Formats: sequence, structure tokens, C-alpha cells
Amino acid sequence: MDVIVTDNLTKSYASGWPGRPPFVALDGLCLTVRRGEIFGFLGPNGAGKTTTLKILLGLVRPTSGQAYLLGQPAGDVATRRRIGFLPESPYFYDYLTAEEFLGFYGQLAGLNRAAINQRVTDLLGLVGLTEARARQLRKFSKGMLQRVGLAQALIHDPELIILDEPMTGLDPVGRKQVRDLILSLRDCGKTVFFSTHILHDVEMICDRVGIVMKGRLVASGRVDELVRQDHTQSVEVVCQQLNVEGNAFIHSLATRVLQQGPQCLIVLPSPDAVDALVGEIRRQGGRLLSVTPHKASLEDLYFQEATQQGAQPLPYMISGRAS
Amino acid sequence: MGAIGVIALNAFRESLRDKILYNLVLFAGLLIGLSVLLADLSITEHHKVIADMGLAAINLIGVIIAIFVGISLVNKEIERRTIYTIMARPISRAAFVLGKYLGLTLTLFVNMTIMVAVFLLTLWLYHVPIQFSMFQAVLLIFVEIVVVTAVALFFSTFSSTTLSAIFTLGFYVIGHLTADLRTVVANSDSGPVTSLVDLLYYLCPNLEMLNIKGQAAVGIVAAPEYVMMASLYGLMYAGVLLTGACLIFQQRDF
Repeated sequence: MDVIVTDNLTKSYASGWPGRPPFVALDGLCLTVRRGEIFGFLGPNGAGKTTTLKILLGLVRPTSGQAYLLGQPAGDVATRRRIGFLPESPYFYDYLTAEEFLGFYGQLAGLNRAAINQRVTDLLGLVGLTEARARQLRKFSKGMLQRVGLAQALIHDPELIILDEPMTGLDPVGRKQVRDLILSLRDCGKTVFFSTHILHDVEMICDRVGIVMKGRLVASGRVDELVRQDHTQSVEVVCQQLNVEGNAFIHSLATRVLQQGPQCLIVLPSPDAVDALVGEIRRQGGRLLSVTPHKASLEDLYFQEATQQGAQPLPYMISGRAS
Repeated sequence: MGAIGVIALNAFRESLRDKILYNLVLFAGLLIGLSVLLADLSITEHHKVIADMGLAAINLIGVIIAIFVGISLVNKEIERRTIYTIMARPISRAAFVLGKYLGLTLTLFVNMTIMVAVFLLTLWLYHVPIQFSMFQAVLLIFVEIVVVTAVALFFSTFSSTTLSAIFTLGFYVIGHLTADLRTVVANSDSGPVTSLVDLLYYLCPNLEMLNIKGQAAVGIVAAPEYVMMASLYGLMYAGVLLTGACLIFQQRDF
């Protein structure tokens, strides 16, 4: 069963100036998320990820098109009992302690006092904040806020968890904890839909991904399928005792050549040119050290789409490292 | 407890933790300090002056809090984006607006109860007789504060904090002048001026109807029917504004 379905979802905002065209945040987005999967929603800043999430949660109304969550129209109040949500860079009531904060959201979800107490204890343990239970959120670090925000999204044990950039602000240990948590949620039969621009996380944990650019879904499917469909592999060749300076033939084959002392790294765009390169290395008296096929990644696909759409990816998208 | 109650109690807790009730220190200082000063300066009517001063201080501080907390009640949630996680819960937007409103009203009620206690203590200290009329005046002050809070909340659902403050202050001032303005222009030959004043008269709340401080300070008891009708009028006006606030908030994108 599909848990999230969007059909030709469009959202445009008036420019505020007469004669100027409206800003189109979403342009006919069609997306499907299946029950029990982890779905990564990828895209650069301003691509329409957060707008999509807001429409799904009823925070924003679409200009046209439909969206359904758990079989009900997006924004349906009763359906929200089955959904957990963590916004990007969450801002919470910082005058509350972690315990009060989770209790408040538990009450809003309609849980009774005993259930709230139990869930608060369990979730604070799960996100590693047991010792900060009685501390006000204004004294929390960014990473701690992210974790208590995750606990808030899970307080009522929802079927569908929607997370907007859940890894933002976390250190490597925190990111791993969140990744593990998302995987354990899937193991419990939950559906996790999260937006991100950190490709590494997506590749590691997502069953399926969707890439959104300029408000349109440009690719969707399993990571391995997407990568296999669209990319040829590159090959890294390392050799010694070879000076590639001035070797026009090698430069014509390679996409990248790096000379570091006696060693030389040559990157070929596809395996087709390996034989020609190895022959040339031998002819020049060089010593071959390694030939490594470089598996095409989601990053490559992402960049291909970004380039086609004319987007200018930022450095942190390239590296896949959270800022 | 329903969602409205949960939101209301949280809004009340927010007020307490944001130390809004610290204004009471200002109130006590203002009331006791001025009472000491004026009791010494006035020769014959210092009982009336102290009672008048106390009721005016209760009114002023209540209205200031109602306006300045009321205008940020909803806007702050949107600007700080705390509303995202609240609206992702199974509660309606109307329940959120009403909960926030009731939370502030509860804060104002507690605030006012303490101010009245300090006021009565001051009266007792200066041997001023405590009259029933003073309690009537306090009741209508509270109704006025309920109306002003609703006005502030109404404007904050569709305008910025600054504009909401300007509109609410405008409503408050005009609300105290509508009856006088109407009397002044009653004999005017200018049709547009009369129409404008008529429009303001029917649009703005008649807050002067809720002001019986002057007579209460000298012990003149208002007719119970008047107090009841005035209270009912104020509560209905607030109800209409809250309905409007809920309807507007329902249409907003966040």
C-alpha cells in the first residue's frame, strides 16, 4: 500500500509585484512512498523539498494537484495522529524541560499520563538524553535539540515519520545514531520519509529515493537501479615511474591526471580506455600499481540531474559532509 | 484534557517562565509609591485619589500586557516556526488559536487577581473604605482586557507584529472615544465625516461602556443589569473577533 501519494502537486507564490510572474516552488510533483520503506527525498536548497513536506502536513495549501497520506487527503486532522514530524532546524518552546516538552506533545497526540511517562522515559533513553531530562531546552546544543525533536516526532508511536533534514547539525556520532534509529524504525514496520541533501546518508539507509529539482521530480527509484541505469563507471589507474607531463595521449584519455612525486593517478571516464592506457604506460616504461573501477554513485546521478537543470550545487553537497 | 486546554496551559506556563508576572512589581511600586505621594499632597479627597489611582493602574497594566503579549501570541509561533510541530498534531487551527487566547486570558486573570489583592491591601493600609463598586469596576476592567486581547489576536492572525500593535492601540483609543466622537459630530453638516464616525462607532468596541472606574472610586454602585449587559456586550464582541481570527488563521500558509 502507498503511504504517501502526490499527484501533479503544484505550489506557486505570488511575487508581490504586479506584472511579475509567480514563483513556482513545486511544479507538478508526482511521488509515491510505499509502506514500510525508508524514502530519501533529495534536492538542493530551494528545490521544493520543504514545501512538499509542508503540503503533506497541511501547513501549506497546494495551488493545484492532490496529496494523500495514509489514504487520506493531506491536512486531514485525524490522520495526523498517525504521523510524526520533525521540521528542519527545529525551534521548540525553549522554556520547557525535555520531559515537559515531550509530555506536551504526548498530550497533543491524545496520550494518557501513564503512556506519556513511559514513552518519555523510553524515548529520552533512545536518543541519549536521559540525563538532560529536567534541563530546559534553551540550554540544549543544536545536536541535542535535533535529538529531542526526533523523540517528539515519535512520542505517539506513529506509522509514518516525516523528517526534514534530520541529520543537520549533528556530529558524526549523532548522525550515525539517527541513521541507526531510522533503520530500527523501518524494522518495526514504520515508514520513514525524509528530506536531505546529504547524499552519503541516503545511499547508506534508503530503500528508495526521489530527486527533486526546481519543483519537479527528476528521478525516483531504488538507489542501485538509478545508479545502474544512468551511469557508466569510471576507473582509477595508479602507476609509478611515469612522467605524464606533456603526454598528450594520456591526457586525451583521462578526465583527471594527478602527478604526486613518482606516483601518478589517472582517472578514466569509462572502462573502455583501460587497455589503451595500460599499453601506453608500459610503452613509456611506467609500472602499473593498481586499476580500480570506481562504482558510480548517487552523487554522480545527482550532479548529472543538477547540471541538466542548471542548478549550481554547493560544496557541501559535493562532499556529502554535513556542515 | 482537550487540545485547547493543553495549548492554553502551555501558553500560561510560557507567560510564567517568560516572567510576564514581573510586571506586578512595577504595579505594586507604582500604586504604593503614588498613593503615598498623592495622599500627602491631596487635602480632602485622598481616599478617592488612591482608589482611582489603583483602578487606573490595574486597567493600564492589564491592557498593556493584553496588547503586547496578544499581538505576538500567534505571530511568534510562526516566526519561531514552533507552529510546524504543533500543527502536525491532530489539532485544528481553531483549537490552536482558542487555546493561545485562553492561555493569555488565564495569565491576565492571575495577574489581575494579584493586582487586585495588592490594591485592596493598599486601601486597607491607607484606611480607604473598600466598596462593592470597586469590584464591579474590576470586573468590567477584566472584560475590557478580554476584548483588547481578542482585538490583538485578531490582527496578529493576518498582519505583522508592528502593524498589529498599531491597529490594536488604535482600536483601544477609538474604542474609548466613539461615543464622544458621535456626540461631537452629531450636528455636523459634513456627510462623509458623520458616516466615518458612524462606521467607527459600530466597528470599534465601545470600551467606554466598560469604564466605571470614576464612579466606583467614590462608591457609586452601578446597576447590576448595566454591569451584566456591558459584560455580555464585551464577551460577544470578543467572541466575534475570535471567530474572525479562527477563520483567517484557517486560510494561512506557514
